Amino acid sequence: MMLWLLIRRGLRQHLVSTAVAVLLVALGLGLVISVWVVRAEAEQSFTRSASGFDAVLGARGSKLQLVLNGLFHQEASPGNITAEDYQQVKSLPVVDRAIPIVVGDNVRGVRLVGVSDDFFQGLEYAPDHVYTVEPGGRTFQVGQKEAVVGSLAAHQLGWSIGTQFHPFHGLDYNPSAQHSEVFTVVGLLAPTNTPADRVIWVPLEGVQRLGGHDPAAFTDLSAVLIKFKPGAQAAGFMLDTRYNRQGRRLTLAWPVAAILGDLFAKFSWFEDALQALAYMVAVVAGASVFSAVYSSMSARKRDLAILRALGAHRGFLIAAVLGESACIGVLGCALGFGLYAGIASLVQELLRTRIGVLLEPWAWNPVLVWGPALMLGLSVAAGAIPAWRAYRLSVADGLAPLS
Amino acid sequence: MDSTPALLLHDLVKSYPAPSGGRTEVLRIPHLELAAGQQVALRGASGLGKTTLMHLIAGILVPDAGLVAVGGTPLTGLSEARRDRFRAERLGYVFQTFNLLQGLTALENVALGLAFGRGVQPRAAMAALERVGLAGHAGHLPRQLSTGQQQRVAVARALANRPCLILADEPTGNLDAARGRKVIQLLQRSAAELGAALLVASHDRDVLDCFEQVLDLAELNHVQAREEEA
Repeated sequence: MMLWLLIRRGLRQHLVSTAVAVLLVALGLGLVISVWVVRAEAEQSFTRSASGFDAVLGARGSKLQLVLNGLFHQEASPGNITAEDYQQVKSLPVVDRAIPIVVGDNVRGVRLVGVSDDFFQGLEYAPDHVYTVEPGGRTFQVGQKEAVVGSLAAHQLGWSIGTQFHPFHGLDYNPSAQHSEVFTVVGLLAPTNTPADRVIWVPLEGVQRLGGHDPAAFTDLSAVLIKFKPGAQAAGFMLDTRYNRQGRRLTLAWPVAAILGDLFAKFSWFEDALQALAYMVAVVAGASVFSAVYSSMSARKRDLAILRALGAHRGFLIAAVLGESACIGVLGCALGFGLYAGIASLVQELLRTRIGVLLEPWAWNPVLVWGPALMLGLSVAAGAIPAWRAYRLSVADGLAPLS
Repeated sequence: MDSTPALLLHDLVKSYPAPSGGRTEVLRIPHLELAAGQQVALRGASGLGKTTLMHLIAGILVPDAGLVAVGGTPLTGLSEARRDRFRAERLGYVFQTFNLLQGLTALENVALGLAFGRGVQPRAAMAALERVGLAGHAGHLPRQLSTGQQQRVAVARALANRPCLILADEPTGNLDAARGRKVIQLLQRSAAELGAALLVASHDRDVLDCFEQVLDLAELNHVQAREEEA
């Protein structure tokens, strides 16, 4: 009880240095957790957000570009493939679902994606989760100028069922490139926390046959999203050989997770730099705890001598000094989690709205345990030298009358 | 009546390392005894070793040789931890510079006098504050009290554990004559109420005049005597 009282009063007596040390510990922990979790979670979230597809078939080119364009609705399509290519891959016995898409138009920067209607027929974007339309709406009818809008896109554009719109040519918004056709929103896609939320879904021919598009390419497709039947690994190898090694006209982006892994590997230097920065902040935080506790102990040398004179054992002084540094560590860690929650929600919102990927910041990650343990350990270790000085304190010197 | 002396010093020797090497003897006291309830002033100019002697009696310092016994317990045979415990349970110590913890209230400072012995007892701490007439200032921090009040808090802290021996090292050093006299009277009255022996070290004539029995450290300390003879 007395120990706790002395620790609390000691921290309060040196409020400014205590607060600075607590903030630095919080910053150190917040950064360490953020860097580690965002790094791991981002990669996993991207893989989760592959919307249940195993591969993307498209024109000859970059696999990464195919994945980003077909599944994440980023980047441009590397080129078109023919309807025959789609029919051929769809008919393969190893293929469970083959969904053709067409891109190339937008509404105020939001992509229009032409897709076959079986996209909304029991297709799982995650285990036990299928694409569905919010109550009150319905999916588009093939051949009609109708649209189902992703939840984020609807929010961004302020659309609801019944809204009519003109598409604009190209992937970037250009007000002078407006198509004359008018589409009507007939359904809002229930949120999926995948990139599907960020686009406007229309029938294939809705995009293919827009005014100004080349009539010779009316049946061309941008890509085919492929889901294999169980035993996907063998199917992937087979198609990889067929399209990527033996063929020259098409590219099969498979496996999606490995391609995304390559993408993240390209940024590993940046993650390493962030990690180094986080470690540096952690070390600075430790130094600041040392400074706060050391100066507090030096300023209270007399107090410690009084405690000894009143019968406090040397171990009590060690406990008091280490207790202060541990309290700074605990307070800093608590604040650090708050800081991390703030950083994570910012990154989460950014990824969700810009890419449609949902980060799960509180999903299990070992850093959630070793991060606070590291900062707490650093804080207590920083109190070791002041504690040792307190232990060695000469009571007679400490009680010498002040001049 | 219990004949065990409240304080017994026998063949006590204390030396410190000398700057030139070797050791310099600062205290050599053949014999000193205080009975329970006895009140004695210890006269001695600054630098004569009054504080060293007080620290030896309190078990803060360890003698090179000799015996220090308080209430029949020989401190010289105890480990540091046992001496700390004994000091907390049986001794009251009033310092020259009050030595209150600035971050604690008056009541908490008094409770410190109990914390390492019997354990924190808010009622006993409050009773000690009442004894020195400061119950109404229990929640005040030291800086909110006058110097006289601060020293009374220090006295209350020394009395809180109902010691058998109260040591006061220049307890009026930072007070004017009138306040100093009041503090000495408070110590004497409280020691009498508790039946504790009281040893007050001072070079202040006003303080020494308050005691019937005054010992001269220069006479007690044979090191001093030999140096003076030389």
